[in-house]
Amino acid sequence: MDGVIQLQRQLVDYTASLFHEGFLDEQFNQLQQLQDENNPDFVVEVVSLFFEDSERLLNELAKALEQQCVDFKRIDAHVHQLKGSSSSIGAQRVQKACIAFRNYCDEQNTEGCLKCLQQVKHEYSLVKTKLETLFKLQRRVLAAGGSIPKPI
Amino acid sequence: MAAASEVLRRSLPEEVGVSNGSSSTSEELHVLAVDDSHVDRKFIEQLLKISSCKVTAVESGTRALQYLGLDGEKNSVGFNDLKVNLIMTDYSMPGMTGYELLRKIKESSAFREIPVVIMSSENILARIDRCLEEGAEEFIVKPVKLSDVKRLKDFIMRGEGEENGKRRILKRKMEDDVFSLSSQLPASDLVSSELESSTPSSTLYISTKRTKLLDRD
Repeated sequence: MDGVIQLQRQLVDYTASLFHEGFLDEQFNQLQQLQDENNPDFVVEVVSLFFEDSERLLNELAKALEQQCVDFKRIDAHVHQLKGSSSSIGAQRVQKACIAFRNYCDEQNTEGCLKCLQQVKHEYSLVKTKLETLFKLQRRVLAAGGSIPKPI
Repeated sequence: MAAASEVLRRSLPEEVGVSNGSSSTSEELHVLAVDDSHVDRKFIEQLLKISSCKVTAVESGTRALQYLGLDGEKNSVGFNDLKVNLIMTDYSMPGMTGYELLRKIKESSAFREIPVVIMSSENILARIDRCLEEGAEEFIVKPVKLSDVKRLKDFIMRGEGEENGKRRILKRKMEDDVFSLSSQLPASDLVSSELESSTPSSTLYISTKRTKLLDRD
């Protein structure tokens, strides 16, 4: 029994830290609210879609910035999509990095865009690791017979 | 016990409104959701399912029109199955935008009465104006909330059809008031009382209408 309680405490603390450090925002809570017994994997599923989308978009962005003639409109469109999906799952730092990115697109500043791409990639990779750790913790709690506390 | 309820749940078809308890309608609300983002489609689908709605989620305006049978092709699916009570569409989509989809729906005699809600991650007044003018029911800035869906559901359940008359009167009254506007906003008071809303999201809606009026002068 102690094991479960400790795991649950670990989960709660870890989740809280992700919010505290700004990796996740309120929208992530909204996602957790939407998960129920009919759709017990909803959060993992939607976050997986986010990972797929993001990786595709980051590749497209890298390619677009390598071109001789940079198509800023296209880049902006990709960043807009990435901003949208990160916002939808509550990946706050990725979203913020995208906002900065769009500003450089507006200025048609290739150097700035390249820097922003690095920043977005960095934030993305951080939040991906954090979320994977979170989901692992959740699985351990469930395996130990505990339940995932729902946000208020 | 758990096993029995599992069986019960599985044997009931999705179409039958099981848990929402509303006795006035025999069916669940059927929402057609349109969004090119896979993540957002999944999200809105779950939002609507949790709110006891039947959802059809498509990735583009073209697909939406195909589903409705508005693309000129003869649709083999029986018309009854298609009964859509609400359309929620993203604004920025490649190909056909949500605005263009809105226009096509409002131009169609078969579907113009279906409320269309535009969703957008960007809070751009001119965009909001354009959509409301074209007949959008609401413009919701993403992310969409459970309270938004609840409000829409209540609005539609309260009276499909009879609400339409009221809505048109509201719109006309607002247009009249634009020209006699100073600092008072009687029209938006009328709007807010009619909508009976108290959630933050609907305040956004009202304030965007209010801001719309302010911009006009």
